[in-house]
Amino acid sequence: MSTFQITIDETGETFPCHAESSVLEGMFKLGRREIPLGCRGGACGVCRIEVLAGDFRKKAMSRAHVDAADEKAGRVLACRIFPMSDLKLKVSGPIKRSLLAPAKDSCTHFFAAQQRGD
Amino acid sequence: MALVGVMRPGHAQIRVLDLEEGIHFYRDVLGLVETGRDTQGRVYFKCWDERDHNSLIIRQADRAGIDFFAFKVLDKATLDKLDADLRAYGLKTERIPAGDLLETGERVRFEIPSGHLIELYADKTCVGNGLDMVNPRPWNANSERGIAPIRFDHGLLYGPNIAAVQKIFTEVLGFFLVERVLTPDGKGNVAIWLSCSHKVHDIAFVEHAEPGKLHHCSFLLESWEEVLRAGDIMSMNKVPIDIGPTRHGITRGCTIYAWDPSGNRFETYMGGYQPYPDYQTLTWTFDELGPGLDYPQRKLHETFLTVVS
Ligand code: FES
Ligand SMILES: [Fe+2]
Repeated sequence: MSTFQITIDETGETFPCHAESSVLEGMFKLGRREIPLGCRGGACGVCRIEVLAGDFRKKAMSRAHVDAADEKAGRVLACRIFPMSDLKLKVSGPIKRSLLAPAKDSCTHFFAAQQRGD
Repeated sequence: MALVGVMRPGHAQIRVLDLEEGIHFYRDVLGLVETGRDTQGRVYFKCWDERDHNSLIIRQADRAGIDFFAFKVLDKATLDKLDADLRAYGLKTERIPAGDLLETGERVRFEIPSGHLIELYADKTCVGNGLDMVNPRPWNANSERGIAPIRFDHGLLYGPNIAAVQKIFTEVLGFFLVERVLTPDGKGNVAIWLSCSHKVHDIAFVEHAEPGKLHHCSFLLESWEEVLRAGDIMSMNKVPIDIGPTRHGITRGCTIYAWDPSGNRFETYMGGYQPYPDYQTLTWTFDELGPGLDYPQRKLHETFLTVVS
């Protein structure tokens, strides 16, 4: 099963994401930052991102947060998209805040890094 | 008979983004009993021990959230009286004809100042809980499938003007205020728990700028072990959990909150206590909201406070 590289445009950071995992799950497993996990069902809008490049598969997202024009332009919810190629993302809202905050050096992050093998 | 007027939460209609995923979740994971589908494509469920035809209805839509929350009242005369009382109070009411919802009688619908549609009705077909009416067994196969709560217990809704909402529920519908959380200045309430029965809440509200939002629908379990078992079933099915298992200071309920596949939060819970209408309201100060929310961890969970559908 394929894994793709996701790049965060603002920070240049990359993380691997399995084709069967949502981009939000992949980002969360990155483990270096406190990624805010909301409803994970496309309803609450906390995981809004913009896909700048790459292909992805998507599940229905609430029109309360993503209108048809947004969806077409790649302004989508990270919990509802699944990579089909490497992706480049622009982050916004709560995700941006947490990704731009300094990386934490706690034992949780150490174990997360161990698990990823880096 | 002492329990008259508004008796209990009767049904809620929830919007899901994908109907098949919603059916799978509510039927096979939460373990509700599917009782019907209508020509609009809505799917009806009830908890195994409920006797009326339905208590949760889902429909596919392009946004998640709640369409309406309804209470069952004692009888037709009560329904007519409450309709007149609501209109006399200054609210507009609307009659939805019998049969619009499967096996459900005429409903009186009105919008409250928090932006939610509330309904009252007196009739819903009794389909029974699958146990006998004479010399019943205590449980059956439906009580062991999935999480299998015994009843749709209450809801928590987010919206503006909860002081005005409280007045409608207490002055017109006969509810009493069981617990509340004060605003930081102590002059108003940011959250209220209202009961029309012997339960610690039948409905609750949190003050929130955006109208008409759903925080959660809650389903009752009988023991703390069952709450922990629910947590296992959620994890086995990768259901995203918000908080718990833990105990609330507020209401003393023992609980897990999680999201359905469309991001609508639900709760599986047990416990609390049994208030009477003469009980004095319990008050939580704003600075003690942490233990009010999560008593063991004394923690303010940001997603729990802010994420709604
Ligand atoms: S986490 Fe709620 S929409 Fe993605
Ligand atoms: Fe609750």
